[in-house]
Amino acid sequence: MSGLGQRAARLFAPLVIGVLFLASWEGVVWFEEIPPYILPPPSAVAQSLWFDGPSLLGSLLLTLRITLAALAAAALIGGAIALLFSFSRILELSLFPYAVILQVTPIVAIAALIIIWVREPFLALLVCAWIVAFFPIVSNTTVGLNSADRNLLMLFQLYGASRTQVLLYLRLPTALPYFLAGLRISGGLALIGAVVAEFVAGTGGAETGLATRILEASYRLAIPRMFAALFLLSLTGIVIYLLLDLLSRRLLRRWHESALAEEEE
Amino acid sequence: MGQTRSETSLPDAATPPVVVLQGVTKRFASGLEALGGVDLAVARGEFLSLLGPSGCGKSTLLRIVAGLSEPTSGSCELHLGGQSGRAIPAGHIGFVFQDPTLMPWSTVRANVELPFRIARRGRIAGRVRSAERDRVDAALHAVGLGGFEGSYPHQLSGGMRMRVSIARALVTGPELLLLDEPFAALDEITRLALNDDLLRLWEMHRPTILFVTHSVFESVYLSTRIAVMTARPGRIAANLPVGLPQPRNRAVRTAPAYGTMCESVSAALAAAMAQASSS
Repeated sequence: MSGLGQRAARLFAPLVIGVLFLASWEGVVWFEEIPPYILPPPSAVAQSLWFDGPSLLGSLLLTLRITLAALAAAALIGGAIALLFSFSRILELSLFPYAVILQVTPIVAIAALIIIWVREPFLALLVCAWIVAFFPIVSNTTVGLNSADRNLLMLFQLYGASRTQVLLYLRLPTALPYFLAGLRISGGLALIGAVVAEFVAGTGGAETGLATRILEASYRLAIPRMFAALFLLSLTGIVIYLLLDLLSRRLLRRWHESALAEEEE
Repeated sequence: MGQTRSETSLPDAATPPVVVLQGVTKRFASGLEALGGVDLAVARGEFLSLLGPSGCGKSTLLRIVAGLSEPTSGSCELHLGGQSGRAIPAGHIGFVFQDPTLMPWSTVRANVELPFRIARRGRIAGRVRSAERDRVDAALHAVGLGGFEGSYPHQLSGGMRMRVSIARALVTGPELLLLDEPFAALDEITRLALNDDLLRLWEMHRPTILFVTHSVFESVYLSTRIAVMTARPGRIAANLPVGLPQPRNRAVRTAPAYGTMCESVSAALAAAMAQASSS
């Protein structure tokens, strides 16, 4: 298959599957006469998206703000923690288990507590989303910083490099692909964290995020609107992933295997 | 071509040796005894091959000479750049590993510039003086890589990457060049070409070379002297001067003297291994 054909296939094959799926969904709902509060047909979801879209977008904006702020905090603080770990093995050994504990604690279980401790609702949701998102970055970047080629390390030693030089010229570039892989995972997790925390705790203010809208729609049996909100949510997740993927490819395209394969086809 | 010496180019006795190893042993924390008392002196301008079976501690010995590892007992002294002892300023020793050991995120030029960038400690990162740029250009030309300055390592073949690695080791103009089985991972054709290139570079600049290999043919073709090592714990079992004419070229490989030399080196190697297994 030629490069162009392959690219077209990559775009159209999932699209065809999606259209087929939606068509059969629509058909089944009409044919079986399923009421819309059990399963709305895609056309009803589209209609709801059209009419409720503007107000849903406002809610999406809040969710998005929490997600992006949490992701940025995860990248900054997660990266800083990983750097700290790379400086001191003792620090890594003593603190890493606690990062794991934070990671395996279900956010649902502690979201309410965090809301109580952190009065400001936006900040509370941000903390929740950050807790979910920071671990992949810490864990990946720590591995990356410790993965510098042993012979290159010896070469730096031979030429009398300082610790700062080893970090700048060797450890950081080595860790970059690991960090970016962690960031891609964290992007999706930050969104999930933001939504889950809002499910549990609400926003406590005039502004509402998408999670509140989904709950609200389910209470009112406005199932098409619920689906519309869900659709927006997954669309957001996909866009975040694609943007982070693009960032990763841009930064690594000159040298890293993960970004090279396509250019050399 | 540099000065053409007629027969054996044994070094002058007047100049002190560049490397002096006395009773060097190395025992790792795991209890593994890598070196069992190595005595060796390397004269200035010599091309000395360390020949031995895999795992005989050749690489360990090279790292001790480079100052990257400390001997458990015994002493290792260097006489380089007017200095003696253990603390030799950076740039007087060049090291080539078995793998090219390049930074994949840097261009060929940036890889070869690395020793200068590290020496720029405290100044703005990445600034390399124009004189140093010229030396990078010269080193790349010397290994036949002029025009590839902007390439990335993944765009080069295995042989070309090894050339970059050699250029980086040469760029500071080292008096002592340490090579750790640099061509072992290359195909035969590339390896022969690089053998000739290394000889040409040595004849031009006359650094002292310590060359680790497990190939009898390679060691005979390249060196002025071969130190045969026993299996672990490694010791020097035989010191064999190579009396083939200089400068070497491919015609040497078919000369009867070359075959005879290879045979006696093989015999010495076999004896060294038998000696190790019987003790």
